[in-house]
Amino acid sequence: MRDAMSSIFGRLGWDALPFWSMLHDHSAMTIINGIIATGAASMVVIGALAAIVLVTWLGKWKYLWSEWFTSPDHKKIGIMFIVIALVMLARAIIEAVFMRAQQAVGLDGGFLTAEHFGQLFTTHGTIMVFFMAMPFLTGIINYVMPLQIGARDLSFPVLNQVSLGLTAAGAALVMISLVLAPFSIGGWTGYPPFTELSYNPGAGVDYWIWAVTLSTLSSTLTGINFAVTIFKKRAPGMKLFRMPLFTWTALCTAILMIFGMPPLTVATGLLALDRYLDFHMFTTDLGGNMMNYVNLFWAFGHPEVYILILPPFGIFSEVFATFSGKRIYGYKLLVIATMCIAVLSFTVWLHHFFTMGQSAHINAAFGIATMLIGIPTGVKVYDWMLTMYRGRIRLSVPMVYAIGFIMLFVLGGMTGIILATPSVDYQVHNSLFLVAHFHNMLIPGLLFGMLSATNFWFPKAFGFRLEERWGYRAAFCWIIGFMLAFFPLYVLGLMGMPRRSVAYFEPQYLPWMITAGIGALVILCALLCLLIQLWVSIRDRHANNVFAGDPWDGRTLEWAVSAPPPEYNFPVLPEIYSIDAFMTEKDRGQGWQAPDRYEDIDMPANSALGVVVAVTGLAMAFGLVWYMWWLVIGAGLLTLVAVIARGFVRQTTRTISASEVQRTHEHWLEQVRRTTPIKRSHEQSTANHGLPVPPIEGAVQ
Amino acid sequence: MTGQGKHPLHRNRLPALLVLLILLSGCSANMPGFMNPQGPVAEAQRHHFWVIIALVMIVVIPVIIQTPLILWRYRYRGHAVYRPKWYMSRWLDIIMWAVPILIVAILGSYIWRQTHELDPYRPIAGDQPPLEIQVVGYDWKWLFIYPDQGIATMGQLVVPVNRPISFELTSATVLQSFFIPALGSQIDVMNRMVTRLHLKADHPGRFEGKNMQYNGEGFHRQRFVTRAVDGDAFDDFVKRTRQLGQPLDQSVYRIIAQKGDNRDVARTLGLDTDDSDAVIRFSTVPDGLFHTIMTGSPIDWSAMTIPPPQQGTTRTSVIGAPSDHDTASSSDHPSSSHERKEAQP
Repeated sequence: MRDAMSSIFGRLGWDALPFWSMLHDHSAMTIINGIIATGAASMVVIGALAAIVLVTWLGKWKYLWSEWFTSPDHKKIGIMFIVIALVMLARAIIEAVFMRAQQAVGLDGGFLTAEHFGQLFTTHGTIMVFFMAMPFLTGIINYVMPLQIGARDLSFPVLNQVSLGLTAAGAALVMISLVLAPFSIGGWTGYPPFTELSYNPGAGVDYWIWAVTLSTLSSTLTGINFAVTIFKKRAPGMKLFRMPLFTWTALCTAILMIFGMPPLTVATGLLALDRYLDFHMFTTDLGGNMMNYVNLFWAFGHPEVYILILPPFGIFSEVFATFSGKRIYGYKLLVIATMCIAVLSFTVWLHHFFTMGQSAHINAAFGIATMLIGIPTGVKVYDWMLTMYRGRIRLSVPMVYAIGFIMLFVLGGMTGIILATPSVDYQVHNSLFLVAHFHNMLIPGLLFGMLSATNFWFPKAFGFRLEERWGYRAAFCWIIGFMLAFFPLYVLGLMGMPRRSVAYFEPQYLPWMITAGIGALVILCALLCLLIQLWVSIRDRHANNVFAGDPWDGRTLEWAVSAPPPEYNFPVLPEIYSIDAFMTEKDRGQGWQAPDRYEDIDMPANSALGVVVAVTGLAMAFGLVWYMWWLVIGAGLLTLVAVIARGFVRQTTRTISASEVQRTHEHWLEQVRRTTPIKRSHEQSTANHGLPVPPIEGAVQ
Repeated sequence: MTGQGKHPLHRNRLPALLVLLILLSGCSANMPGFMNPQGPVAEAQRHHFWVIIALVMIVVIPVIIQTPLILWRYRYRGHAVYRPKWYMSRWLDIIMWAVPILIVAILGSYIWRQTHELDPYRPIAGDQPPLEIQVVGYDWKWLFIYPDQGIATMGQLVVPVNRPISFELTSATVLQSFFIPALGSQIDVMNRMVTRLHLKADHPGRFEGKNMQYNGEGFHRQRFVTRAVDGDAFDDFVKRTRQLGQPLDQSVYRIIAQKGDNRDVARTLGLDTDDSDAVIRFSTVPDGLFHTIMTGSPIDWSAMTIPPPQQGTTRTSVIGAPSDHDTASSSDHPSSSHERKEAQP
């Protein structure tokens, strides 16, 4: 009986349930932590059930299946990526609030057990990097980049579905780990030998390994897809140096993904070999050496930092130019600076472990290489300021994020240079100073970038503006909350407080920890404001509709089509003559025109491969975590069959007839003609239906 | 900072605009850590910290000041000049690239020198020969072996003031990081490898010591007190340890190797556990224990000679002389700073 059970369920037992330990051990700590964990698990279960019930009640399963899950449309895949990112963002923020609450009362104790705290910081980091940041930026690039280069879709739409499926599977695995615990306590970096079987025999590290592996596979494929698309699918006349800056950063990010992600796939793969098949890659004996893991990890980890930050650089470049009503300053040098950053990002990985005992020559060389990255980054910041200089600046919501970014990011850059100084790093390494630094880069950098992009391109994607009042509130809460939550951590780091401490014994830490806790609450408010903003915007969607497609007097091609754009993006592929292609058209009075003739358009046909990969990928990973070998083999075979079967599909495109394209396009042009153009001063009013008066005139009050 | 701005850079309060620095300067008087340095290494690190900030401020301050000014001057309802097609100025570009390049060049040469000077492997010069201490990291506690004195402690690291200390470090378990913020650098400790660290205390006092690298649920309790005392008090400490401590034999070692913190060890050994900072003393240590742990060979207790307790005065005066026992460690003296960590099978 026991054998039969274990061949089905592997090592999964009742003790995986989050309330199990609470039933056996009645100490106060166990019960408190059991309640918190059970609450989190039931949120996952209830959330999933509620979603299923809601969709069934609305009778939308068929719609979801044919219009979303199996759709190869880059725009829909982009939106689904962002939905995953937002769900995971909410979870990881709540985890952060719990950690801050614990540390705010953590002098000599607190309410969380060390084990629970360990899971919190591990999932928080893993989610924020792999399941919030990566899907968010992948989603934005997915949506915007093909529109910016005048393409109808990515080069490999089905591969794009597979990428989405893999990310979804990884995210689902992390969510499942809340219900069938535990997750790893090894931190998002998962350094062995702590994560080896001899020190961490449980399922936690395996959850981490497979979630991260799914995510890195997804990102590698995404990188290939983006790079090929940008190289091969640009509209006629769109030379490389006419591409919008966001597309440039997308290209650099894609290249970094191609070269930066595989090292981590290899590292987690080798760690899995250690854990499953008794290899000794990173163990302490039999020839293993954990330093190999550390090098592999950061050979991924540092390019990853720039994978995360380059797309926001691109977004802010678009936002600064658009809301200053002015051409971006120093386009060519900005492109060169971006490229410099991308190349240099492969040369600095060692600064993540200056303290491992290598010689001073090596440390100094890597410290200096790190500072070199500061040069192009500094230039970019000044380019953005000069973009605003002599402009006519509208402080819209995306712009507030951008301003918050530019002022806070330079501080993060400064602390980065401090950390890059080996002699000082010996003091602040592994401390909260480091935690403050990378949050200072990732919140004002990455997250503000993503939120700015969301406010900026949401009207394009859904056809109505996001409500501004709650948008401002969210933005200010983010900025203030960030400062309150993370500036104290700099101080704590200088006082030598290690990161990942569940409790501490120095009373001097307490006031700073309480301040940081308040900051976390303000960030929680920011999250609520975002939700309210979304709700209010959906409620008022008719008043704020921008069907004409150009609510911000945009400069690049994506604003030249309706909002939301038709599935095929452009009725005929545009000809490009300059950078800021759409602005040039508007300047010449050539916007919103009907083409001479319409043609049939071939679009990729729906495919279920992405969904299949999501399900089988999740099943394989889950089976591997709990040693359910039948599930691993079965799901693996199914994946193989699905991929081969896909090779036999002959009907990979479907045709949209010229007459349908014409009808859609002329309907839109008709609507555009009926729309009253507005000046920029009315940008945030219900008068804005997506049609600007000609550019210079529009900026005059 | 603490010394009422001893260093000229500390008076450079321009960065007062920055919340960060306001916070820092407002509270440093009783800050633990290197903002209140107790040794030459930490003091140099604090100095570097401020030099770097001062240099980087050249780029940072204009951004912080000018961004709001630009926002105001070129606001939508303002009347400033509007040039929507202006996108390039050669002079501005040259300045924009030249200034950061210059700063990085200065920083680079500065860093090159300081990194070598503060290399933790580099011995610290002093009138006295360095005191050798071997550190072994266990799950959630540290064992400090004084090879030349033949003693060991846990929970407290006692060092003489004004005498360089030369650490050899390894881990009996996972990766950890050994750190005494007030004295200077941290260094990683790894199983089967030796890393080195050189520190010195300038003033007597009690300083926090900790592990910086997460290694499980007892991580935050893996702390110790560093007590810097003058030479006589140190001799006294050695003598008392020999008198009061118990031998570090096989049964004791088994207790140390188990998971748990200092207090768990003290409790199992039947010592007083009321004072969490209490020192656990070992009067004798098996010969070459550190290197046996480091190489990972099983400790053969019968083959190890337990050196007879040294009576009377301490051996600190003969430390410079070649030690007749503990040859393994004397061959590893930090004579060359090029000697790096060695990995041994």
